[in-house]
Amino acid sequence: VNMSKQSVPARSQELRRVSGELFSLTYGALVAQLVKDYESDDEINKQLDKMGYNIGIRLVEDYLSRSGQNRCHDLKEAAEVLTKGGFKMFLGVVPTVANWSSKGDEFSLVLDQNPLVDFVELPEDHPNLLYSNIICGVIRGALEMVPEGDCWRGGWKECF
Amino acid sequence: MTCYFVIVGHNDNPLFELDVKETGKLDDKRQMAQFVAHASLDLVDEAKFLKSVDRFNELSVAGFVTASHMRFILVYDGPKAQENMKNFFMDMYDAFVKALLNPFYVPNTPIASSNFRKKAQVIAKKYL
Repeated sequence: VNMSKQSVPARSQELRRVSGELFSLTYGALVAQLVKDYESDDEINKQLDKMGYNIGIRLVEDYLSRSGQNRCHDLKEAAEVLTKGGFKMFLGVVPTVANWSSKGDEFSLVLDQNPLVDFVELPEDHPNLLYSNIICGVIRGALEMVPEGDCWRGGWKECF
Repeated sequence: MTCYFVIVGHNDNPLFELDVKETGKLDDKRQMAQFVAHASLDLVDEAKFLKSVDRFNELSVAGFVTASHMRFILVYDGPKAQENMKNFFMDMYDAFVKALLNPFYVPNTPIASSNFRKKAQVIAKKYL
């Protein structure tokens, strides 16, 4: 019991640094393998989403314990926390929040920099591949674990 | 003035070819260049790093072997400064490594990336 009290403050400061290149290469190897294993782009995208989901449901606990974030009151606040909190902490980039729908229940996250896609050139024979779709899964998983977050729906669009 | 650049893989298979020509007409010269490059592969292997490796009529061959045993061969006519040659190979190596980092590229297969081709053309223009 004493140990856990001591370890919480230490964890919130320390985020182990990993080589960015190793990270991109690992993710690239993962996607390349999926491309080999599955026939359709849709199936690959689904797998990436599933993997992301499994990461997200765990990652959100980590995020909440490090940041001490309280419950968000509305979607706008959630968007802020996602970008300036979550993305910043784990990917080191802050996406822009854009394209709010008129009802305020839909928005887009625009990533100008994406550490997952360093050096990547998409193959021409997979036009519907959503290379970074894992991120959608992560967001979905993370938000499902917080109160009222289970009606989240998201989709990924690649723009080059 | 003709220059012909080729990257050769482990099985003596060409992974990438680039013609740098200033005049427009040289199809037969290109075949000659390919032949000369092929013939000099053994000499390039021995030369290890950069060296002017061979001469054939008025064509010279410069070779460069990377740490991963990929051979870069440049066939050219006319005189060329060693310094330029070295920088050319270094820049090509740099671009080559970046292309290799693409997770969808299988090593030892032809490089189809148009990005790489564009970069190679820019580098060739710069130093040749």
